[in-house]
Amino acid sequence: MAKPKPDTWDNQFAPWDNPNEKPLIRFKDVTKRFGDFVAIDSLSQDIYEKEFFALLGPSGCGKTTMMRMLAGFENVSSGSIELAGQDIANVPPNKRAVNMMFQSYALFPHLSVYENIAFGLRRDKLPKDKLDARVAEMLKLTRLEKFGRRKPHQISGGQRQRVALARSLAKGPKLLLLDEPLGALDKKLRQETQFELMDIQETTGTTFVIVTHDQEEAMTVASRVAVMDEGRIIQVATPGGIYEAPNSVYVADFIGDVNIIKGTAKPAGPDQYFVDWGVNQAPILATSDRPFTDGQECHLAIRPEKISITKAKPDEAENAVQGKVLDIAYLGNLSTYHVELPGGQIIKAQTANTRRLSRRDITWEDPVWIRWNATAGVLLER
Amino acid sequence: MRRFALIALPYTWLLALFLVPFLIVFKISLSDIALAIPPYTPTIKDGFSALIRGLDFENFIFLTTDDLYYKAYISSLQIALISTSLTLLVGYPMAYGMARAPAEWRATLMMLVILPFWTSFLIRVYAWIGILSNEGFLNQFLLWTGLISTPLTILNTNTAVYIGIVYTYLPFMILPIYAALDRLDDSLIEAAEDLGCSRLSAFWLVTVPLSKNGIIAGCFLVFIPALGEFVIPSLLGGSGTLMIGKVLFEEFFNNRDWPVASAVAVILLLILIVPIVLFQRNQQKQAEADT
Repeated sequence: MAKPKPDTWDNQFAPWDNPNEKPLIRFKDVTKRFGDFVAIDSLSQDIYEKEFFALLGPSGCGKTTMMRMLAGFENVSSGSIELAGQDIANVPPNKRAVNMMFQSYALFPHLSVYENIAFGLRRDKLPKDKLDARVAEMLKLTRLEKFGRRKPHQISGGQRQRVALARSLAKGPKLLLLDEPLGALDKKLRQETQFELMDIQETTGTTFVIVTHDQEEAMTVASRVAVMDEGRIIQVATPGGIYEAPNSVYVADFIGDVNIIKGTAKPAGPDQYFVDWGVNQAPILATSDRPFTDGQECHLAIRPEKISITKAKPDEAENAVQGKVLDIAYLGNLSTYHVELPGGQIIKAQTANTRRLSRRDITWEDPVWIRWNATAGVLLER
Repeated sequence: MRRFALIALPYTWLLALFLVPFLIVFKISLSDIALAIPPYTPTIKDGFSALIRGLDFENFIFLTTDDLYYKAYISSLQIALISTSLTLLVGYPMAYGMARAPAEWRATLMMLVILPFWTSFLIRVYAWIGILSNEGFLNQFLLWTGLISTPLTILNTNTAVYIGIVYTYLPFMILPIYAALDRLDDSLIEAAEDLGCSRLSAFWLVTVPLSKNGIIAGCFLVFIPALGEFVIPSLLGGSGTLMIGKVLFEEFFNNRDWPVASAVAVILLLILIVPIVLFQRNQQKQAEADT
């Protein structure tokens, strides 16, 4: 999750909550068809200046198409896209104040790192001294000072990624598009680079739109995440909002690990409901802002880390069920227990491994108790 | 030992199929013409010391005294250069079109380029006589359309030679350029456009430099055989078409002057060594860039 901007330390960076704020990009009822296939389905979305906006979704959800429409490589079938208040439908890619960092990096193999970064500036006929200064600035920003004279095939994957970033930033675009920018890097390098990306975004103050299928990456870097499916945006919220308050089972399931318990709601007080979910189970108490009618079908989504697991019966718990340990996934810092309930349902509970593995007191086939609070889960309609 | 064996194989190949024949031709070029079989002297039958003493550079000196040879070399170079450029002009758009064609079409297009090789080269060049002659298909067609009132004289001119060379060697130009363009990542062109290039400048700044190796390979594959070309100028060219391949043929078969013909061949080879070495270097550079 990107750090709030320095000047917004006091009041969180959230231009989307300010009705007076003018969006930098405005998708208005945009539809994109490829033949019969609808890639983007009447989609409307605002993106604000200085945002780090992530488009997240499985492959084929339309996220790349959205980005390519912003870059100008695809036309919209209907609707309009505005950049800083102007319709950009008929502006060719080379005339847009938008630059893109390609998934394959698309570095020009016949040009040196320096010339790759200078490529866009040369098209603007920048005078030599200004061009040199700008390229040097970009090389410094991406810590590539020593590699200016190398060719792309003479540097490492991580360095190539930074050259691609420097090249796309060199022209000082209003909007930078990043297509799976870290997809080709290994996990450790990817994590480091995520922080670099955030730093660079903050230093340059450029609006970033990133396309990714990696939810962890989206959560780490973005100020807002849009979860997409089949050409629609299902939910747009801050990473915290997406994780803690998903608006649908699809989003809850797509982001992180989750237990989905299907049942029927029964009002149990202000904003509180009982979820009737199995013949042999006591109803679950859950709080929800969304209203449910008596007997309405509902899905309770609870993150595994919000469920605690004990051998002894908890004294006081809003929700507690007994079960049997079916499986244990040991992740080093965490362990996920798969607990089978008498009705056959499997609930995942996650705990931090604060004790050494040899001293763990819960093992396979153990009878255990799992418990969670009424506020732990989110009650969803669908 | 293993390494030696590995190197020995290609070197033996070169030795047997290139160096030995070359040395034989070179030896003949240093000999004198004779009415005998073989038609030169001295031969190995005269003994080794007599053989060595009998050799001189007389034939090479003779080549410099008659300006026919020098003009033939220059004219060959000129014809080879012009026809290579023409082949490039025709071949590049074709290779580009093939590389840009939908994937399901590419195999068919490739087939169409290679298909002429299934017919004899001689027959294909002969066929051009039927097309280009004064009463040929081309003139008949143009007269029929009314574009011209008198037939064009194309056959037996240098123009016919250019047409013949471009037609014959076109696949050698298309295939390496196509190979280079086919590997070109489309996102490079998009990146160039994204950074402010128009379609045309993206082509000049990205597509052309990245197909450079293909262009160089294609040009050499056309230039090298075109320089020594014999069949096309003798069938399609006129009496004014002077090419070294034709001169060589006449020396060898009409004049039965093997030593002079050999001297002409040796010089031709020396001229060709320059582009061949450059071609090899280009191929090597490309191979290095690929790894």
